[in-house]
Amino acid sequence: MRDSLRRVNGGSVATHALLSLGALVMVFPFLWQLLTALKTLPEAVHVPTTFLPRQWNWGSFKEVFTALPYGEMLGNSLINTAGRTAGQLVFCSLAAYAFARMRFRGKNVLFALFLSVLLVPSSLLILPQYDIIQRLGLLNSPPALFLPGMFSAFGTFMLRQFFLSLPRELEEAARIDGAGPFRIFWSIMLPLIRPALAALAVITAMWSWNDLLWPLVVNTDPAKMPISAGLTSLEGQFETNYPVMMAGSLIASLPMIVLYLFLQRHFVQGIAQSGAKG
Amino acid sequence: MAVFPSTAAAEAEGRSRKPRTKAGREGTTRGPNSRTQKAAYVFIAPIGLGFLLFYLWPMLQTFGFSFTHFGPFGGNTWTGGENYARVLQDVTVWRAIGNTLLYGAIGLLTLPLSIAVAALLNRRGLRGVAVYRALYFIPFVTLPVAVGLVWNWLYNGNFGLLNEVLSWFGVSRHFWASDPSTALWAIGVVAVWQSVGYYLIIFIAGIKGIPQDYYEAAELDGAGPVRRFFTITIPLLSPSIFFAAVICVINSLQMFDLIYVMMSPMNPALGSTQSVVSLFYQWAFQQNNQGAAAALAFLLMLLTAALTFLQFRLQKKWVHYA
Repeated sequence: MRDSLRRVNGGSVATHALLSLGALVMVFPFLWQLLTALKTLPEAVHVPTTFLPRQWNWGSFKEVFTALPYGEMLGNSLINTAGRTAGQLVFCSLAAYAFARMRFRGKNVLFALFLSVLLVPSSLLILPQYDIIQRLGLLNSPPALFLPGMFSAFGTFMLRQFFLSLPRELEEAARIDGAGPFRIFWSIMLPLIRPALAALAVITAMWSWNDLLWPLVVNTDPAKMPISAGLTSLEGQFETNYPVMMAGSLIASLPMIVLYLFLQRHFVQGIAQSGAKG
Repeated sequence: MAVFPSTAAAEAEGRSRKPRTKAGREGTTRGPNSRTQKAAYVFIAPIGLGFLLFYLWPMLQTFGFSFTHFGPFGGNTWTGGENYARVLQDVTVWRAIGNTLLYGAIGLLTLPLSIAVAALLNRRGLRGVAVYRALYFIPFVTLPVAVGLVWNWLYNGNFGLLNEVLSWFGVSRHFWASDPSTALWAIGVVAVWQSVGYYLIIFIAGIKGIPQDYYEAAELDGAGPVRRFFTITIPLLSPSIFFAAVICVINSLQMFDLIYVMMSPMNPALGSTQSVVSLFYQWAFQQNNQGAAAALAFLLMLLTAALTFLQFRLQKKWVHYA
């Protein structure tokens, strides 16, 4: 026993060394991003490269807000993320509950139809989706960003799995007490799948915040773009102002990193549950 | 709209009294009455209408688009299979398909990397597992556009840190992301770096599901860590590996964000890095060539379906279900 313990410890030094090296590779680009953002432009492009800034310059973090409608873009990202996440939680949980716990005519056909949505790559649908948004007069508006993304087949399937696993006695007791279907759903069943709702919420928030292709297509006005698309225009205008670009991308990625650090457990559960993009 | 036969609810009473054997899973013991039936349709209606408008109808429409030529003022004309013929004869399409397949192949390299990290993290008594997992996962949650910008900065031919570090080893300056011979690999490295943490989570879950007894028995038989990894971990992890490979190929075929961010329109390496989706974007929204773009999107779907089908066929040869 003691012998095997020592062997584990001996091996664990090498293990930690390898894992730390890997972790450094994963985190280093962000560190470099921060260090560049804190340098002045001449220092950032100075050869040979300096590692730490000679003078710590916080100006780029301010400059990015004047170089672009950066505050608005962050706001648009927030609206997009909130809209999609709220929509998915409401719509997916309702449908998931019906598919998991209710019997009705045409259930299998409808379910198969829902499945087909899951299988089609999103790029295939962008042209007609753009067309619909345009006809609704919503181009360059906040709802354009989140409208199609509020409906998710993946979210429905994920929540359905959780509803299926609940005991049926609770539902029956409530029914005997005279509770209607909506009341049973809202006050009894929905609270029981809270962990699944949290997992769906953080994963959806991440996909929404990070989404690029759809926002590039529907909202081309800089003041209406989310930050993901906005950063690409920063790249266009400020091709050579690296500190500003790095400051901008750092601020833009921070909300998701912070969210992740606080809600890791739900992220992990969401990933374990998902796989494909939703 | 026969999709939501809510009018059929009333007549459903008699027909849907199926045997009760399924009732346990479905969660109801009583047969459906018209009230719960109606409620079910009400529950499904919001997302159902959303799907109809934004997914099912667009699916049909794209299919239609792919057979039409888009006129300037909405005057679309039916052209039969002309778009498909044009797309298949276009050299840039074949290049994009080749690039996309290469992204898929590079993407698969993520799997052995994540499996190795997962196996290391699975060592008995290892501390700090949660910290490592968190650090490896951060690139995955980070805005892909920001990721692309940072890596472009690292790759920069004039001031990039990568060249600086390589120069210590006598490697000469190189424009990694704008030399057509290296640019696709430069993007591929970023894609791998970004998704290691994601697959790591899948594999950690998979490894946790392997009974510890197997390892103990193998250890008693004198199998070392490497031997145990290849004879126990890998075969018993194969269902997770299969799942990850399917997801990985599907995601790689959709490559867009990094290419869009890392390749400016003037980049000489654009053609040699362009994926099917980035070519689709260019045609559909920059060159107003929607008909051909729709045909291209359909080809991508067929390609994805074919590769996924192939993986499911090959699965029997190497995936072990315990």
